[in-house]
Amino acid sequence: MIRRGFSFPLTVLAFGYSFLYVPIGVLVIFSFNETRSIAVWGGFSFKWYAALAENTPLLGAAWLSLQIAAISATAAVVLGTLAACTIERYRRFPGRSLFSALLLAPLVMPEVITGLSLLLLFVWLESWLGWPDGRGATTIAIAHTTLTLAYATVVIRARLVQLDPDLRSAAADLGGRPFAVFRSITLPLLAPAIGAAWLLGFTLSLDDLVIASFVSGPGSTTLPIAIFSSVRLGVSPQINALATVFLVVVGLATTTAGIFIYRSVRRRNAPH
Amino acid sequence: MNDRVRRTLVVVPPLAWLLVFFAVPLAIMFAISLADPASGVPPYTPIVRRDVAGTLAWMGDLENYASVLSDSYYARGYLDSIQIAAIVTLLCLTLGFPMTYAIARTKAATKLVLLFLVMLPFWTSFLIRVYAWIGILNTNGYLNTIFLAWGIVDEPIPLLYSEFAVYIGLVYAYLPFMVLPIFAVLERQDPALLEAAADLGAHPWNAFVRVTLPLSLPGVLAGSILVFVPAVGEFVIPELLGGSDFVMIGRLLWTEVFANRDWPIAAAIAILVVAFVVAPLALIERSIARRQIVRT
Repeated sequence: MIRRGFSFPLTVLAFGYSFLYVPIGVLVIFSFNETRSIAVWGGFSFKWYAALAENTPLLGAAWLSLQIAAISATAAVVLGTLAACTIERYRRFPGRSLFSALLLAPLVMPEVITGLSLLLLFVWLESWLGWPDGRGATTIAIAHTTLTLAYATVVIRARLVQLDPDLRSAAADLGGRPFAVFRSITLPLLAPAIGAAWLLGFTLSLDDLVIASFVSGPGSTTLPIAIFSSVRLGVSPQINALATVFLVVVGLATTTAGIFIYRSVRRRNAPH
Repeated sequence: MNDRVRRTLVVVPPLAWLLVFFAVPLAIMFAISLADPASGVPPYTPIVRRDVAGTLAWMGDLENYASVLSDSYYARGYLDSIQIAAIVTLLCLTLGFPMTYAIARTKAATKLVLLFLVMLPFWTSFLIRVYAWIGILNTNGYLNTIFLAWGIVDEPIPLLYSEFAVYIGLVYAYLPFMVLPIFAVLERQDPALLEAAADLGAHPWNAFVRVTLPLSLPGVLAGSILVFVPAVGEFVIPELLGGSDFVMIGRLLWTEVFANRDWPIAAAIAILVVAFVVAPLALIERSIARRQIVRT
């Protein structure tokens, strides 16, 4: 419906996308600046990338964040697959409405509140059971699993409802035991959704500052916590360089995934 | 393995996880909101205490709620947060609806690319997106440099650390949450409806107002809740873009926990947000979701 020349939809789109992308563009450009300024161009240089490569505390924080993100995304998709199957397959069991409320609630809870309540839980558990022994990577991973579990369930459930129930009944009619049917029919069909849920969980965990701050301990500085304390002290082109690395990695990964989806949709829409 | 055992193995792990790490923490938070702050570990008094005779005595009270509700400092924090979140929701709607409408009217292939481009910033770091605006709005930042160079202003204008900066940051961060649910409802609308309206003589504008708009209300409502709720509790954006006197509820709570170490009052602040903001909106969202499953 976009007409040639100056039209309203085109103006709206141009404005909207400039709003979304100009700040990111400016950020990337000034990561290559020769001087400390993030507004006045002083010549092209890779020096902030070199400085970043030598920033051991920041790299350590990044490594810790990647580990926590991988662990909590994995835990979340395992629990999320079970949760999605529970909601879709078992229509009646005691506590079903409580269960579905608990699956929805973390999505609408402000992060500061989730973070505070988990901090209070860990402190309380420690004084009663002696576990967890202080707060750190483990408590952050638990908190992130709780947050991403809700998202993972939404993604996996959306796929599960699209699956043809006849496939399962056919497999069962042919003598497949329930676990065998799940492993050889349901799981392969769910795989793309599980992969998407894992990536979403990984990203959310890698990105989280607020919840991690509440449940982290002295020795467990994650990447967002490190960036946040650095940004509080003022802007630095080194953070711009880090942001650019981040954008390139995320951009490449999501564009690759996007092209796959785009191709498969186009194939589906193509005339036979 | 019989059916009952198998069912238990599927249902119990996620249910137990959510109970222990989501429901129980909320209950503990409520209990601690009834306690008093104390110096030590943990930094609050117990709410039940065993006295010499061995009987349990109830120590909790509603003092924290009384002080949160009567102190104008907290009251302002709540009202400001709600007002800011409401304005941000309206701004996201004003920008997001026309944008989504324009996206939904493009060709199928273009549509996917455009939607992907809305999502892409969401996949990059939230903190870095907020940081990008510090560089732009700073007194010696990008925007002021341009304004000075073009002679629009004679001296740098203070854009950062203001309410304006917080609005920009919030709209920037939460716009995708508005676009996706609206896109989902616009996508499902049957184009034949508009053709029918046109055949019956409706002007395109009239058809938009009387057909498209009412049908997209569930998406608008879902998007508004997705923007409003996190905006009310937002901490990072007011902390990094707002002035030091800029009070929003997330920041208040953070200060009570980390600077004042008054955990009971922080718990009371959180419980009030859950009871009066999160719970009612979650119920509304649930009833929308029941009526039609919005898939994004």
